Amino acid sequence: MKPLRAWVFRLAALFTNKQRERQLSDELESHLQMHVDDNIRAGMTPAEARRHAILKLGGVEPTKEAYRDRSTLPFIEHLLQDARFAIRQLRKNTGFTCVAVLMLALGICASVSIFAFVDAALIKPLPYPNPTRLVSVFENSAAFPHANLSYPDYLDWKRLSKVFRSLDVYTGTGFLLSTPAGVEPVPATRVSDGFFRTLGVTPMLGRNFHAGEDLAGSPNTVILSYASWRKRFGGKKDVIGQTIRLSDVPYTIVGVLPRNFQFAPRGRAEFWITLRFTMPKEFRRSFHSLSGIARMKDGVSVQAASADVKTIAKQLEKQYPESNRGQGASVFPFADLVVGHIRPILLVLLGGAGLLLLIACMNVTSLLLVRSESRRREIAVRNALGASTGRLTSQFVTEALVLVTMGSALGVLSANWTVQLPTKLIPADMMAAMPFLLGLGLNARVLAFAGAISLFAAVLFSLTPTAHLAVSEMRDGLAEGSRGSAGNTWRRLGSKLVTAELAVAVVLLVGAGLLGKSLHLLLHVDLGFQPDHLATVAVAGPETRYGEPAQAVALGRRIVSRIETMPGVKSAAITSLLPVSYNGHTDWIRFVGRPYNGEHNEVNQRDVSSSYFTTLGAKLLRGRYFTDAEDASKPRVVVINQALARQYFPGENPIGKQFGDTALSPKSIKQIIGVVDDIKEGSLDSKIWPAAYYPFNQSPDPYFSVVVRTSQAPQSLLPALSAVIRQSHPDVGVFDETTVDNLIHDSQTAYLHRSSAWLVGGFAAVALLLSVIGLYGVVAYSVSQRTREIGVRMALGAERGAVYQLILKEAARLTAVGIVIGLVCAMAAGAFLNALLFGVRSWDIPTLAAVAALLGFFAILASFIPARRAASINPVDALRSE
Amino acid sequence: MGEKADVWQGTLALMILKTIEAMGPLHGYGIARRIEQTSGNLLSLNYGTLYPALLKLEQEGSIASEWGVSENNRKAKFYKLTRAGRKQLAQETRNWEQTTEILARFLSPSEDPA
Repeated sequence: MKPLRAWVFRLAALFTNKQRERQLSDELESHLQMHVDDNIRAGMTPAEARRHAILKLGGVEPTKEAYRDRSTLPFIEHLLQDARFAIRQLRKNTGFTCVAVLMLALGICASVSIFAFVDAALIKPLPYPNPTRLVSVFENSAAFPHANLSYPDYLDWKRLSKVFRSLDVYTGTGFLLSTPAGVEPVPATRVSDGFFRTLGVTPMLGRNFHAGEDLAGSPNTVILSYASWRKRFGGKKDVIGQTIRLSDVPYTIVGVLPRNFQFAPRGRAEFWITLRFTMPKEFRRSFHSLSGIARMKDGVSVQAASADVKTIAKQLEKQYPESNRGQGASVFPFADLVVGHIRPILLVLLGGAGLLLLIACMNVTSLLLVRSESRRREIAVRNALGASTGRLTSQFVTEALVLVTMGSALGVLSANWTVQLPTKLIPADMMAAMPFLLGLGLNARVLAFAGAISLFAAVLFSLTPTAHLAVSEMRDGLAEGSRGSAGNTWRRLGSKLVTAELAVAVVLLVGAGLLGKSLHLLLHVDLGFQPDHLATVAVAGPETRYGEPAQAVALGRRIVSRIETMPGVKSAAITSLLPVSYNGHTDWIRFVGRPYNGEHNEVNQRDVSSSYFTTLGAKLLRGRYFTDAEDASKPRVVVINQALARQYFPGENPIGKQFGDTALSPKSIKQIIGVVDDIKEGSLDSKIWPAAYYPFNQSPDPYFSVVVRTSQAPQSLLPALSAVIRQSHPDVGVFDETTVDNLIHDSQTAYLHRSSAWLVGGFAAVALLLSVIGLYGVVAYSVSQRTREIGVRMALGAERGAVYQLILKEAARLTAVGIVIGLVCAMAAGAFLNALLFGVRSWDIPTLAAVAALLGFFAILASFIPARRAASINPVDALRSE
Repeated sequence: MGEKADVWQGTLALMILKTIEAMGPLHGYGIARRIEQTSGNLLSLNYGTLYPALLKLEQEGSIASEWGVSENNRKAKFYKLTRAGRKQLAQETRNWEQTTEILARFLSPSEDPA
C-alpha cells in the first residue's frame, strides 16, 4: 500500500518539476543558513562556517541529485526527456519528418487496409458456429468439377454417408411479388428441411423448418430474410402466421432470420422455402439442380469425408449406370466456395502492399542514415560531454518510436477510412455475394497486425542509426570536415538499399503491367458477337398464366414484336440465358447412328428465338438459322457452335446429322441445321464449351431474357424498354435491365481483374516514385560528399560533360543492377501471379522490357538533377568550402 | 551493497520518526542535529542523506511538511508526524526491539547452560 502511494506521488511529481526544484533549493538554503548561524555562534568565521556546513551536508548538488532521483521515476523522466528532445529535433527538420512520416503512413495504410480485407475474407469469412466443419458437397463429371446434385443422389448420399452429422441442399429460385409499384421479381432459395440447422442458424422470430417439411404435400411455408421482413412488413412481430402470395401461391410465414444471417451463395434471397418437389424431372437422377452443404462429424477430415462420398458415388454408378456413369463426388471446405475466387487476388494484393511497405521502410532508413551522417558532430559532442552509448542509443530508439508512432497513427487512421471505401464502391449485387466484407473494419486482429509492423519499423529505425553509431568512430566526428570510412560505409549501404528498392519497384511494376495487360486482353477477348449497342432485360411470366408451352411461345412472340416497333430498335430476340454469364445449364446428348456406351456428352443448352443470332451479330459458318415458324408443330432442329462441330464432327459436315437425349427418345431427336461461330457463353476468362441452340418456340419457358440491338446508345433505351413490356404485360415481372457492355464490364471476373490491376498499379506507381526519390537521395548525397573531388577534377581540366558522365554512370550502374535483380525476382514471383493472369505469361517479354525502360527513364531523370548540380560546381568555391 | 543501504535507510527512517515524535514538528537541520546528539556523536551523519529519506517518508504518508519560521527567525520547512506515521513508528519500534532482543540473546554469553 505504502510503496504504491509513494509510486503515485513520484509519478505525479513528473509534472511539477519546477516548483519542487525551487522548494528544494529554499529548503537546503535554509538548512545551510541555520547551520552557518550555529557555526558562527560556535566561533567560526562566516566563510569557514559556510564551508563546514556544506561539507557536513555532503555537497549541495549531490544532495539535490539524490533528492531528484527519489522525487520522481528517473527512468520515465529520461524517456520523457528523450521524447521531448526527439520531438524538438524532428520539428527542426520539418522536411525530413514530413517525408518520413508520410512514407511510413502510406506503407502502413496500404498494408493495414489490405490486411483488413484478408482478415474479413480469409480469416473469418463464415458467420456460423464451427465454420471449419462446414463443407460443400458436389458431384463431379468430366466437364464440371463442381456439378450440382440430383435429388435421388442427394437422398442416397444422405442415407449412406457416415461422415456427416447432417447433409442438406439448397437451390436458387425466384418469385413474382405483386406490389403497388407493379410485379416485382424477388430472389428466393429452396432448401431441404435441415438446412438452417446444418448452418447452425436459428430464426430470430418464429420457428425453423420441421423435419419432413421439404417433402411433397407439406403445407407452403416461408422463412423471411431480415431485410425482407423490415422492407415488406415494416419489422412487425406479428408477421408469424400471416400469409403472403408468392407468384400467386399463398405461403404461411413461419419465421424471420436474424439480422446478421448471411449466406453468400444466395446473398440476395429474400424468401426461404422448402424443396417440396413435385415435377417428374425433379426426381430424375440425371437432373442436377441442388447444391450440397454438410456439417462433418467431429474428428472427420475433409479428405476422409471426400473419400466416403466418393465410395458412395462409385456404388451409385454401378447401381444406376444409365444416369450416374462418370459421376464422381467431391467435398471441400465451404469457405472455398465463398472466398475461393478472391483468395489469390487478396494474397497478391497483400504481397504488393507488403512490398510497398518494404520500400517505404527502406526509404525512411536511408533518410535516417543521411541524417545520422549529418548529425555525427552533434553526437560526437554529446559523447564527449559524457553521454553514454546507452543513453545515445536510447535517444535514437526514442526518435524512432516518435517517428513510427506518428507514421502508424496517420497510417491506421487513413486505413480506417480506406477500408470503408469498398462497401461504398462495390455494387450492391456483388456485395450480396461477398457478405463477409460487411464485417470489414479495424478489429483487434487488424490492429495487432498494425502494431506488429509498426514494431518492426521501430526496431529497424532504431537499429539503423545505432549501427551507424557503432561503425563510425565517435572521436572522428569532432575532426572538422572528416569524411572517413564511415562516409564510405554509408554510401555503400545506401547504394545497396537503393538497389533493393529499385528491384522491389520492378517487381511491383511488372505485376501491375501483367495485370493491366490481362485486364485489357480480358475486356477485348473475342466474344463471337458484337456486344456494343445491345440492351437486355429479363422477363418472368407467372407459371399460372404462362406455364403451358403455347402460352410461353405466345408471350415471347408478343414481347419481341412489341419491342421491334419501338423507335431506335433494330431487332430483338429471346434467349434462356444471356451470353457471357456462365457455362452450365447443360444437356446430355447422344448422336443418332453412332455407338453409345452411356458416356455423358455434355453441352451448353440455350433456347433462343429465330432472330437471336442476327441480333447478337454472331457469324453463321454453315447451314442456316431457324425461323420463327419452326415451333412444336414442325420437326425439331438445332444450331450448334463450332466447338461442338469440332469435337463431335471432326472433318465431317455436321449439317443434317441428328442427336437426341441419352435414351434417344423419339420426341428428343433434333436435326442440325446450322453451325454458328463460338459465342462466349461463360465468363470472360472461361473456355468455350460445345453448345446447342434450340428454337425457343420448340422448348419455351416463361422466364427468359430479351436482347435488343439498338441504333442509338443502348443505355438511353432501357427505361422505355421496361416500360413498354410492363405496359403491354402488367402481369409479368421485368427486371435486370442493362446493356450487354455493362454486363461484361461489371461482371465479377472483369471487376476482380480490374480492381486487382488498379490496386497493384497504384502500389507500383507509388513504389516507382519512392524508389526514384531514394535514388535521387543517394546520388545527391554522393555529389555533396564528392564536391571537393569534383572541384579538383574540374580544376585539373575535367570537362562538364565528364562530370555529368561521372555522376550519371554511378546512377546508371545502381539502376541497372536494381532492374536486373528486379526482373529476376519478378519472374520468380510470376508463378504466384499466374492464377490472376489471363492471356499473358509471367515472363511476358514486352511487359518486362517496358518496365525496364520506364524505370530506367525515371532513374536517369532523377539522377540528372544532382548531376547538373555537380557539373555546375565552381571549382574555386568547391575547394574553398571545406 | 543494496541490502546494507536498505537497512541503513530503514534505521534512518526510524530515527527520523522517533526524533519528530519526541521533539514535535521540526525542520531537517534540527532533525539531523538531534539525531547526532542522541547518538552521543557516535554516528557520523551526512546531513544531505536526510532529505531523500524525508521525501520518501512524506511520499509514503508517514510525515507531512509545511513552511514555518525557526526559533532563530529563519524560514524553514517543518516536518510533523501523521497518524499513519505514529502507527508506523509504534510498529517499527516493536519490530526493532524484538530484533535487538533476539540478536542480544545470540551475542551475549549463555548464562544458563540447561
